[in-house]
Amino acid sequence: MGATDMRASRRITFWLKTAQALALAVAVCFSLGATDAGKRYNDLNHRLMCTCGCAEILGECNHVGCPSSEGELDELRTGIAGGQTDKQIFDSFAAKYGATVLAAPTTEGFNLVAWIAPFAVFAAALLGTILLVRHWSVGKSELAAEPEPNSEMAALRDRIRHETGNEGGF
Amino acid sequence: MATFGSFALLIALALAAYNLLAGALALRLLATGQPAPVSPERLADTARRAGIAGFVAISAAAFALIWSVFTNDFSITYILEHSNRALPGPYKFSALWSGQEGSLLLWAWLLATYGFVLRLTHKTDVKLYAYAGTILAAIQVFFLAILNFAAPPFALMRGAIPEDGNGLNPLLQYPEMVIHPPMLYLGYVGFSVPFAFGLGALMMRYPGEKWIKITRVWTMVTWLFLTCGIFLGMHWAYAVLGWGGYWGWDPVENASFMPWLTGTAFLHSVMMQEKKGMMKSWNVWLVFSTFLLTMLGTLLTRAGLVSSVHAFAQSSIGTWFVAFMVIVLAVCIFTYVLQRSHLKAEHHLESLVSRESSFLFNNLVLLTSCFVILWGTLFPVISEYVVGNKVTMGAPWYNRVAIPIGLFLLFLTGVGPLLPWRATSLRSIRRNFIIPIIALWAAVIVALALGVNPMKDGQFDNGNFYALIAFALSAGVMAAILSEFFRGAGVISRQTGKNLFSAMYLLTRRNTRRYGGYIIHIGVVIVVIGLAGSAFNTNKESEMSIHDKLVIPPYTLEQVGATQDSNANYDSEWAMLDVYKDGKKQFQMLPEKRVYHASQQPQTMVAIHSNILWDLYVIYEGTNPSTNQPIIKAIINPLVSWIWAGVALVAFGTFIALVPSLTPATASLRVPATRAVPTEPVLHGGD
Repeated sequence: MGATDMRASRRITFWLKTAQALALAVAVCFSLGATDAGKRYNDLNHRLMCTCGCAEILGECNHVGCPSSEGELDELRTGIAGGQTDKQIFDSFAAKYGATVLAAPTTEGFNLVAWIAPFAVFAAALLGTILLVRHWSVGKSELAAEPEPNSEMAALRDRIRHETGNEGGF
Repeated sequence: MATFGSFALLIALALAAYNLLAGALALRLLATGQPAPVSPERLADTARRAGIAGFVAISAAAFALIWSVFTNDFSITYILEHSNRALPGPYKFSALWSGQEGSLLLWAWLLATYGFVLRLTHKTDVKLYAYAGTILAAIQVFFLAILNFAAPPFALMRGAIPEDGNGLNPLLQYPEMVIHPPMLYLGYVGFSVPFAFGLGALMMRYPGEKWIKITRVWTMVTWLFLTCGIFLGMHWAYAVLGWGGYWGWDPVENASFMPWLTGTAFLHSVMMQEKKGMMKSWNVWLVFSTFLLTMLGTLLTRAGLVSSVHAFAQSSIGTWFVAFMVIVLAVCIFTYVLQRSHLKAEHHLESLVSRESSFLFNNLVLLTSCFVILWGTLFPVISEYVVGNKVTMGAPWYNRVAIPIGLFLLFLTGVGPLLPWRATSLRSIRRNFIIPIIALWAAVIVALALGVNPMKDGQFDNGNFYALIAFALSAGVMAAILSEFFRGAGVISRQTGKNLFSAMYLLTRRNTRRYGGYIIHIGVVIVVIGLAGSAFNTNKESEMSIHDKLVIPPYTLEQVGATQDSNANYDSEWAMLDVYKDGKKQFQMLPEKRVYHASQQPQTMVAIHSNILWDLYVIYEGTNPSTNQPIIKAIINPLVSWIWAGVALVAFGTFIALVPSLTPATASLRVPATRAVPTEPVLHGGD
């Protein structure tokens, strides 16, 4: 294996590890949440809906004389004070008001599709695009398409581009 | 006046129908070369003139409705339901779009206005404009048919005429409501024009890419209107709805955002077609999709498919829109299948790391974002259909799904302009990216030092994590764009001896499109910084009697009194709050609660004090019935003013991009059609 191949292999390994670290960071941010009591109350009331028909988040519904939000917030405070878990609180709200009281679908059953579909579509589109571009590529290494420029050539090219105003789109 | 308005609408329908039929016949005769008793050119010109006359007729109908509002003609049901005698003048004017019939009339009027401008400027390319004018006439026929038969704005009251009307929805009695809907409609309706040009160009197998250049100006103007409309709506929600936020992922908000995303994708990918002859089919479908999404948005607003805070706009005309969308989609598919050979790409991408690829990925992310929002908007309906269980797709879902995709788009905003066309080398990547990467890491360090810590108090914080990434990427993108400006200005400065700022001005004038685009990107970055500020919102709520204090760092609010007032339209109560910072009184805030007489609906009017770092947002939530004391909620919303400043910059950048460059590049637009399309039969305008 030549030095160039070794360098390329190291680069690939570096990018793979970076991607893994990023994926881990994203996974962590999806799996963890707040646990402090005040913060938890604030967090939970932003994951429930007001049921008066105003279509607003419970913690943000402030319309004058709302018949529902105050009662729901009281129930939430009682649930937290009673030591219920997030799931128990959500289950009791869903049982009482219906599934629409949850501001986001659960991650069970058909609701899982709601969460997976966007990322699946994004991943499929990304992969499809990459494969398509690779298919279109004219066989040459993408890095070899542009000769290694020296600074004089780069400056000259910049000058030509700016003088002719032919700089392409943004 | 009701009779006059109804008659004007009927005349407008007849004229639009003539425009459609005569225009279509003329274009058919021209395409086939069949002999006809009337010259096809003359027939096409009469169709065009009918379109112009249609504009006059619809303007007369709109004038009749506005006149009826101002003269309190409550014999017209629409006026009775959306106005009252005490309604202030500007809001009487906004009654035109506060209900379904009026807003459909506004839609038809704006479409006629766009059509009027298009038909007057037909000499740019007579045949293409004839196609576009005929397609616009078809859309106009649809709206006028609804206005005449399904939702007539001049329908009369049955029985005794009441002394006063029901009044305008209190939510709409706010100055921005006089501007926001027309702006949004100008954006929505405006996308009919690129659609008409795109479909027309495909139908006539338009040679070359000139139609793209003609369409670009229309698309950019329309995009600007839609952008301003969306952000005015955000500001209205912020100032009126009183929940402290500006975007709630409401289905109707989403409906306006989806065509914006596809329109933005089109504005980017169209450059690939102009410069490289690529992505022709893609662009045509982006134009089609954008138009269809504007129709879907109207359907969602009107049909009540999904629950929304805009529920006041719901009605039963959804079926009309579904039918129209099906017909439009069928026409688009049919035309595409028939003419697809005309859309073969002249080049293909050569490298994954190139400017072309960045445009492709940018489109991919924009369309994925559009899909995510469409999915989120429609999933409750899908879920109910599949498992019989309706769910809510609220802000928590969108924040988890859309924010990562949005951040990836921000990343591409910075990367794209730094990549050369065709392909690149590692060395050029290193050269172009070194400054943005340094800026990115510097922003991470500064943000961490300022307390933007995803692991605050030993716990992971989603909001802080995303905000940190947003700040870092924003710094990187800003550095990338500014380095492009400075690099170009440096070359001109060396050439001409001008100072750097004069050189930057000249640079922008030489390529307004490119540097206007960069200014738009800077505006977008500033908006993102403002949005990221929402991760640090704090709020406090308290019942406050006289001299009670509410502490929300860095301010202390003291209740110093309350006052009441009444006018012909509403009664109001204010809480008077002195605001202290570091022990010194800074200013007084007057959050208000109103009760409107006509509708007997209560409404909060928040008090907002803005500076560059945060907004102090105070809501008078009402009074505690047992103690009769006011309940005050105060929110510190960091960086909100950045959002409005960023939008202003986006608008400014769009204006710059619309100004012709000093280079001869735009001159080609002014080439007469007879020279630009020599192989096609040519229509000559009658005047």
